[in-house]
Amino acid sequence: MANAVPTPLGGFFTNWRQNIIYIGFVLIFVVFALTLSQKGFLNPTNLLNIIRQTAMIAVMAVAMTFVLASGEIDLSIGAVAGLATVTVAMAIAVAGPVAGVLAGIATGIAVGCFNGFLTTKVGIPSFLTTLAMMGIAKGVAMWMSSTAAVPILSPNYSWLFGGGSIGPIPVLLFWMLVAGAIGHFVLRRTGFGRRVLATGGGETAARYSGIDTAGIKFKVLVLSSTAAAIAGMLYAGRLQSGRFQLGEGDELSVIAAAVLGGTSLFGGKGTVVGTIVGALMIGLINNGLILMGLEFSQQLIARGAIIILAVALSQKKA
Amino acid sequence: MTSAVVMTGISKAFGGVKALENVDFEVFPGEVHALLGGNGAGKSTILKVLNGVHKPDSGTIMVGGAPLTTHTPEAARAAGIAMNFQEMSLIPTLTVAQNIFLTREARTLRGFIDDADSERKAAEIFAMLEVKVDPKALVGSLGAGQKQLTEIAKAISQTSKVLILDEPSTALAVSDVERLFTFLRKLKAQGVAIIYVSHRMDEIARIADRATILRDGRHVVTAPMADLPIDVMIEHIVGKRSKGLADVARGDALRGEVLLEVRDLSGAHKPHNVSFTLHRGEVLGLAGLLGSGRSALARVIAGVEPAVSGEIRIKGQPVTIRNPSDAISAGVALVPEARATQGIIPAHSVTTNMVLAVLDRISDKGIVDRQKAKVITDDMIQRLQIKTASRDHAVSTLSGGNQQKVVIGKWLATDPDILVLDEPTAGIDIGSKSEIIRLVRDLAAQGKGIVMISSELSELLTACDRILVMADGRAHQMIDRATLDDLTEPDPGHRLQAAERQLQIEIQKALSAEMAQTQEVSHG
Repeated sequence: MANAVPTPLGGFFTNWRQNIIYIGFVLIFVVFALTLSQKGFLNPTNLLNIIRQTAMIAVMAVAMTFVLASGEIDLSIGAVAGLATVTVAMAIAVAGPVAGVLAGIATGIAVGCFNGFLTTKVGIPSFLTTLAMMGIAKGVAMWMSSTAAVPILSPNYSWLFGGGSIGPIPVLLFWMLVAGAIGHFVLRRTGFGRRVLATGGGETAARYSGIDTAGIKFKVLVLSSTAAAIAGMLYAGRLQSGRFQLGEGDELSVIAAAVLGGTSLFGGKGTVVGTIVGALMIGLINNGLILMGLEFSQQLIARGAIIILAVALSQKKA
Repeated sequence: MTSAVVMTGISKAFGGVKALENVDFEVFPGEVHALLGGNGAGKSTILKVLNGVHKPDSGTIMVGGAPLTTHTPEAARAAGIAMNFQEMSLIPTLTVAQNIFLTREARTLRGFIDDADSERKAAEIFAMLEVKVDPKALVGSLGAGQKQLTEIAKAISQTSKVLILDEPSTALAVSDVERLFTFLRKLKAQGVAIIYVSHRMDEIARIADRATILRDGRHVVTAPMADLPIDVMIEHIVGKRSKGLADVARGDALRGEVLLEVRDLSGAHKPHNVSFTLHRGEVLGLAGLLGSGRSALARVIAGVEPAVSGEIRIKGQPVTIRNPSDAISAGVALVPEARATQGIIPAHSVTTNMVLAVLDRISDKGIVDRQKAKVITDDMIQRLQIKTASRDHAVSTLSGGNQQKVVIGKWLATDPDILVLDEPTAGIDIGSKSEIIRLVRDLAAQGKGIVMISSELSELLTACDRILVMADGRAHQMIDRATLDDLTEPDPGHRLQAAERQLQIEIQKALSAEMAQTQEVSHG
């Protein structure tokens, strides 16, 4: 076991499979910068736009990292985000922005507790629980709003939750950075984070070590729904309305971001920094493909191919 | 003086099988208490009850004078109990240091986890035990020995009143065991109660103050080591066998041609240079303790693990076995150890399971001929006397013994010449055990060659014609079963018991020889 300790940089490249996301991110950025500079790729407005389009995915993906690392999955986040836009907008219309924020958070916690209860107490796999919840949340949002958009007339709310900017910097960037920083520290440096990784890495072993694995799973599912609700609040603020369609299909981008960032679908492994870069990479690819002038159908194919390539390269060969 | 642990009248059953029956167990502070017993005696179960993994069906537990009423691992730890779990409590995706201090991580002043500090502390523990384990290595990348050391470090890193070590030495070199003992004596002096489980009698004699022996889920004896010389210990562990096994007639095997010849066969880790021959009509037993390489040898022969060197000949022809399907076409079938995960698909019907290995043979253009499947299944149900409501019932509805027969039937359907059985009676009640053993004898009589692994020596002695004793991956001795019989003993039960004691002694001898050699190497 007397391996020579690699230098930090040497380690980075000898473990290139692990770090493929960072290498890939830089590579794609450089390629786009070289080929698309004529079309304004490097334009600060364009780069900030990528941030604006990525922030909600990133916020949800931070929580998804915890869910996947604990060995579970949450498919309901997109629908929960949509539901939260509706509850926030309706609460603001009735009782003002503070009530709106509370309503949004409450929506997330309530759905998360329901998901957690069904998964850990009733014993339905989280894949099914949250698949069902995806439909329920969407249905409730449609029913509450009669499928119509609910306008938000509070400028303060809209500024803080996604619409505003400080100078040229969009507020959404701060949301993304704060979510990333908190997520990173909680996963790496707290007992809770370590228990999450242990639960996903070996559930029986974790239980034998005195970890309440069901409690951990319950908590990560609540965390995930709450993050989805926050993402919904950001959508609502940015678009100044609540609509059930907002966030639809985001769960796939979110899971892709986490997996691109090195989080294992089988649990036990994951980093928040990787996830954030994964989310940015997806935003980057979307943006670049649009600038290239590809049709939507071509974008879908190209994006799928790039994601498959990145994940395939990160797989350890036996 | 208050006892460290008092367990009174503990009973525990798993789905009708009684693992513990009214067992009393008491450990004093500042003693090393050996817990002994054969396989299925209930050692692991009682330790898991004490450690909160299993909830007892009845009985009380007192730890340090206070009753333990909540049966969870957390509650047991809070009461001061620490235990190693033979690799079961390690998380492969975390590092060694992270595993050792899981839930007790070193913290910075601000309350964040400080892995660097945990790594230092882990390195200190390994330095004290004078073993080399990298605290930063991922546990999933470690070999069995290093994992074992990590488990031990995890158990001893906890400040505990009761330290349970379940077979800590299986993966340790002799010199490492000695250092572990030095450490245990230190803990003992501090008043820690140590419960020590091992199959190595010489070790027990060196470290333990008292011993408790369990057999078939019952308490047999608790006594100071001075009153328990090794032969007495073995006698208590073996006990008087129920008649079931002794009744199985072994008959004289008609030894036919050589079916399987293994020459200097080595696997990646184990076995080392094992050679033997197996004849038609013969049952060959592999005896040895956990880690002796019995199962590894079986897996290499059956193509589950690759052979690194050596030669396998079947009916005189050298064969290359790279994977299980090579083995099947060469006429070798392995009935694996873990029935539920490796042997059957519990939710599927008896028929589906039975024809799984011969699907190609009974299919026409990809369509399975259901008539053929029925014929094969009915034939096996009759031939092996499988008790099932129908061939269409799920295998999970069958008893353990009958499930095992389905697995054996599945492999017999491939019509192998050589059948390798790894712990065929594990988790099966005693009645069905003798039935399985009888079946093994019958199959041999029908002209198969059988290699059988069992941790229950009485079963090996009942089933086998010859027994290969293994230790640390090496073959030590080939014993002719007949030579173990004391012909002056008229009672077959007693005769089996005597033979078991004899075999037990041979296994311990092989182990000591292996240790002596390792010591010589490490000193030379």
